[in-house]
Amino acid sequence: MEPVRTIEGKAYPFGRKNVDTDVIIPAQWLKTISREGLGKGCFESVRQEPGNVFDDPAYQGASIVIAGDNFGCGSSREHAAWALLDMGVRAVIAPSYSDIFSGNAFKNGILAVVLPQEAVDRLLEVAKTDPIHIDLESQTVTTPFQDRFTFEIDPFRKHCLINGLDEVGLTLARDSAIAAYEDRARASLPFLARGIDQAA
Amino acid sequence: MADTARTLYEKIWDAHVVERRDDGTCLVYIDRHLVHEVTSPQAFEALRAAGRPVRRPDLTLAVPDHNLPTTARRDAAGNRLPIADPESAQQLAMLERNAPAFGIRYIDATDREQGIVHVVGPEQGFSLPGATIVCGDSHTACHGGLGALAFGIGTSEVEHVLATQTLLLSPSKTMEVRVEGDLPLGVSPKDLILHIIGRIGTGGGTGHVIEYRGKVFEEMSIEGRLTVCNMSIEAGARAGLIAPDAKTFAYLKDRPYAPKGADWDAAVAWWTSLATDPGARFDKSVTIQAADVQPSVTWGTSPEDVVPIGGVVPAPESFADASKQDAARKSLDYMGLTPGQRMDAVEIQNVFIGSCTNSRIEDLRAAAAVLKGRTKAPNVKWAIVVPGSGLVKEQAEAEGLDQVFIAAGLEWREPGCSACLGMNPDKVPAGERCASTSNRNFVGRQGPGARTHLVSPAMAAAAAVTGRLTDVRELV
Repeated sequence: MEPVRTIEGKAYPFGRKNVDTDVIIPAQWLKTISREGLGKGCFESVRQEPGNVFDDPAYQGASIVIAGDNFGCGSSREHAAWALLDMGVRAVIAPSYSDIFSGNAFKNGILAVVLPQEAVDRLLEVAKTDPIHIDLESQTVTTPFQDRFTFEIDPFRKHCLINGLDEVGLTLARDSAIAAYEDRARASLPFLARGIDQAA
Repeated sequence: MADTARTLYEKIWDAHVVERRDDGTCLVYIDRHLVHEVTSPQAFEALRAAGRPVRRPDLTLAVPDHNLPTTARRDAAGNRLPIADPESAQQLAMLERNAPAFGIRYIDATDREQGIVHVVGPEQGFSLPGATIVCGDSHTACHGGLGALAFGIGTSEVEHVLATQTLLLSPSKTMEVRVEGDLPLGVSPKDLILHIIGRIGTGGGTGHVIEYRGKVFEEMSIEGRLTVCNMSIEAGARAGLIAPDAKTFAYLKDRPYAPKGADWDAAVAWWTSLATDPGARFDKSVTIQAADVQPSVTWGTSPEDVVPIGGVVPAPESFADASKQDAARKSLDYMGLTPGQRMDAVEIQNVFIGSCTNSRIEDLRAAAAVLKGRTKAPNVKWAIVVPGSGLVKEQAEAEGLDQVFIAAGLEWREPGCSACLGMNPDKVPAGERCASTSNRNFVGRQGPGARTHLVSPAMAAAAAVTGRLTDVRELV
């Protein structure tokens, strides 16, 4: 995974709440067997609305989406994160995210920045004319107008993002701990530990 | 001692911690992993690229469901029929290849055990109380109806579980949804969960695992519990749980992958110990009066947009929050509804009875009970019944339910996710309405421009008969 340190550029001032992953990428786009090419379907239904921010030339090439509460709710499809990446989005700024989306975003190197609604409202305003700067190291979002908002992020996620670490590889390095758990489980929870070949 | 009293969720979590980090995140062991065709190809591809095997293929079960057409799968001579859509065919072929290549048991599209992952798991005894269960599908919460900690994951996590049989997770907060009293006659588990989501909102459970508590759930059938837990994700909760009890054990006993012999006895003893301790604390608690729950229906494009069938389309101005007002205006525009319109006057053109929420035998019985001796209204152009699995289909046919549906003018299909999501040929045409027993009324969910009204199986059957959203209690 590519390391993530700073993200700077135009931002789509979307602002909508409860944006579900069916809106981010509709089901008809999920039949792919690769992670690429989904940007074309990203926000398909929103793009049918006249004057939508995603087709507005003013925001072309934006790398940030600014949204309302509960971004990425609904389906677990990681295609939502892949679609955002494919359309060039590297960060989302919103007051809250669905649990599954924030995990999917992280695993694809998309920074899901949590800021209070007042800060999001201010950034929605700024984004109409000016770029937004996100610095992961210092956990800040800044604008050309002296705005400076700090955000919280799980330290482990921050570490992985900054260093571009592969989580599967990290966990595989804990193989002895996993094997020790499996030994314990075979003794204490044999009915769960036994595979289905032996149960059937 | 109050501080050692634990909730059902905490007991299952504690039993599965492989390692705890200083920051509180835990490496958690996964007992059961269900795999389907849509969210797995990229995970298998990544394993192959890294030369990594599946750690516990014997804890993994693969079955196609999402984009499989629900029309006949074999011709008269018994030959497998091709899948017309090349992309779907490719995804299905990938699963069919990937599962055996990685040593994973695969249920084929033409096997009688095939069905929707969340119907197959409990039915096969693959899903068990107290187990951690994952699948690349948000409705995995469903299996919480058995008392399992079950939740949906993304494809990177599918890859992580395949490779390591674990996930790195932060503990969720706990939330109690307590329902007091008895449900009124004619009110189903689906009506109850729609009512709950309407009450707490689609973000009400975010960051939490919900435990549904109260006499209503104790008295509810296992299939009803699966329906309730299934839609926990629609309230934003990662998982929903109902304590396993004697009903759960009776449901699971002797199912193909359920524990046998001494294992079974040990399992029942442990499962019995999992119930939330008296005095255990929840981070959040909501109380619902069962008597307030009516047959429910959605009017908008979010599962929280719920009203009783006797209600009217709300006015956007009736919502306190400006953003919700805006969302409601957009929803009403999309749905083609006007504030004040009676819900039971809304005409529908399509009926879908199926999905991981409502495609089990009790759901089909409830729908058939309404449709028996009746026929669908002339304005209902398309009405399909899609059993959740081949075994549900067989059972329904043994009971003659298929004949009730067919006589009423509904189509009787092969198992799959069908019109719950616009991924397979079963779609609702743009601008048309569907009374649907599925779980999401999102924009475009049942096909571009489709207008979904979420209801229970009995309510969907009633809508088929009258051609409009209808209080099923008028027909019984």
